[in-house]
Amino acid sequence: MTSKKKTPEQFKQSGSYKEWRSGAYASQRERKGKFQSISFREQPELVTPDNGGAVNYEQDLGYPGEFPFTRGVQPTMYRGRLWTMRQFAGFGTPEDTNKRFKYLLEHGQTGLSTAFDMPSLMGYDPDSPRSIGEVGREGVSVSTIEDMDTLFSGIALDQVTTSMTINCTATVAFAFYFAIAKRRNIPFDALGGTIQNDMLKEFIAQKEWISPPAPSVKLVCDVIEFCAESAPRFNPVSISGYHIREAGATAVQELAFTIADGLAYVDHCLGRGMKIDDFAPRLSFFFDVHNDFFEEIAKFRAARRLWARLMRERYGAATEASCKLRTHAQTAGVSLTAQQPVNNVARVAMQALAAVLGGVQSLHTNSMDETLSLPTEDAVRVALRTQQIIAEESGVTNVVDPLGGSFYVERLTSEIESEALEYIKRIDALGGMLQAVEVGFPQREIAESAYQFQLQVDAQEQVIVGVNKYAEGGEQEIPTLKIDHVVEQQQIERVKAFKNRRDKVRHAASLRAVESACRENRNVVPVLIDAVNEGVTLGEVSDVYRNVFGVYTDPGML
Amino acid sequence: MTTTHVPQRPVRILIAKAGLDGHDRGAKVIARALRDAGMEVIYTGLHQTTENIVRAAIQEDVDCIGLSILSGAHMTLFPDLLDKLKKEDADDILVFGGGIIPKDDIEQLKKLGVREIFIPGTHTQTVIDWISANVPVHE
Repeated sequence: MTSKKKTPEQFKQSGSYKEWRSGAYASQRERKGKFQSISFREQPELVTPDNGGAVNYEQDLGYPGEFPFTRGVQPTMYRGRLWTMRQFAGFGTPEDTNKRFKYLLEHGQTGLSTAFDMPSLMGYDPDSPRSIGEVGREGVSVSTIEDMDTLFSGIALDQVTTSMTINCTATVAFAFYFAIAKRRNIPFDALGGTIQNDMLKEFIAQKEWISPPAPSVKLVCDVIEFCAESAPRFNPVSISGYHIREAGATAVQELAFTIADGLAYVDHCLGRGMKIDDFAPRLSFFFDVHNDFFEEIAKFRAARRLWARLMRERYGAATEASCKLRTHAQTAGVSLTAQQPVNNVARVAMQALAAVLGGVQSLHTNSMDETLSLPTEDAVRVALRTQQIIAEESGVTNVVDPLGGSFYVERLTSEIESEALEYIKRIDALGGMLQAVEVGFPQREIAESAYQFQLQVDAQEQVIVGVNKYAEGGEQEIPTLKIDHVVEQQQIERVKAFKNRRDKVRHAASLRAVESACRENRNVVPVLIDAVNEGVTLGEVSDVYRNVFGVYTDPGML
Repeated sequence: MTTTHVPQRPVRILIAKAGLDGHDRGAKVIARALRDAGMEVIYTGLHQTTENIVRAAIQEDVDCIGLSILSGAHMTLFPDLLDKLKKEDADDILVFGGGIIPKDDIEQLKKLGVREIFIPGTHTQTVIDWISANVPVHE
């Protein structure tokens, strides 16, 4: 009798990746012809040390909290402190949003994040004809120091950190915030938070602007300079890939354009005579976290390594703090579907998990209803609880960079880093991001990717569950937040009354001081902090910018 | 009842963005898809007033206007556009829309004269087919 059982020594073992790929693997069938990421990246069937999975540990990874920070910016990461759970909120009047802020703090949120309405973001007061229909609709309406004071009523500014998502009018929002701190006798160095203040990505993707790119970058750097001198706990810019990705960029384009934006701000600040290690530690970042799980994790790891190397090699940064890429992340709004909206909870959970495995410092999880309207309190609570489940139930926070050393993740990290660097070199060749934006380079690259993606969705090469596959028709209904039209009228009347109440002489003098600072190319921030205290409004400062720096209009490229 | 017509010249279409809204991904993707389908597409660029859009539509002699809104201002901007077209005696220009627009609002906007609204997730071919089926024939 002979046994058919094999002994372990007789089990088939390929001698190399190549042998396995052409032998054992090739003998089987794949279920589809092409395996690609959401960014059109062709995916390998397997990664081993023989096909890109090997790393030079000291050079490419290092230890967490140490150069090049691939494994994280802190040695302890989430064993030391969890990321900041920061839900973006803002709608209606300052009172409405103040109430939402307090609700979020009561439910365990650890930082505030303000969404402003379109008129505030584009430099118009509520009583401007350009604001019709948009006041308080997509965010909170803030056009005066009193609005900002109401927004943060009952909230201790030195006890929370506040993020403000605002760009072409960032200088004004920043001035409002610092002016109310002054009124409340809170020293500037006790204020912690972040202002987005990233204009280059506005021209690239989000498209909220007043003046052309060059003066816009000057204003961004005014805030960087002011914080370096007077507000050491405040992040004066959040260099943002989020909007770039949402506009249709691939993961590599998101990373490359964001880093290139950062380099442009660094160059501008150095051009003013600032020293790299005086401001670089406070540059912060903001990335999207999209559907493709490993690609996103690798993107965060690549971002840290790329930035660290550029800061050291290109600028000679001498402190570790200057080389650390600290980042906020937000789950991909664009991935949410109006069809079968409850499915969005699952998407957000996976994206949030990728952000955490990617080592982010703060996170916003989108609510399931955000493709339909601003979120309801109930929907926001599920989104916040999703973060808490990841933080306290999943166990992924127990170990620092748990995916480090994965052959696949390491290869992906290296590929994304080197592909992004190639893009950065193309932008360098155009003279840097400011010039690249002026000739429309990143804008065209993104439009191309967005169109390719749509064609792939139309062809079902990219699947969107519930939309181009598993569609149901007859939509699920979920409750949505309605903004009352009364808000607009209230805010119009409020700003008009505010303007009537001001000391006319002091107001006029303050407005002239702002204009002089702009014309004389001085830092506008200290002047603005005084001016808003005398009643100068957001729309009025924006008008000064329009007069002095000019108005930018969309070139309307297809 | 709609029937499919074969126009004598390519459909001319104005893709428009109004108000302060900066979301142009959808507008640009649709503009390219319509162009690739053989239509003549003019894109206004961002931040237009409804006056500008009506003026451009008349000057460019378009058959239809596709207005994209993702800022929540649709209940103000669509009626405003329809009004201004009527005042200029240009309400033969067909208006359709796209963007994040809740179902209840879609019904109301259709009653006001917006012919169709396409929400995110729409196949580009659906938009192309709808335009082909609905723009009037040109002799």
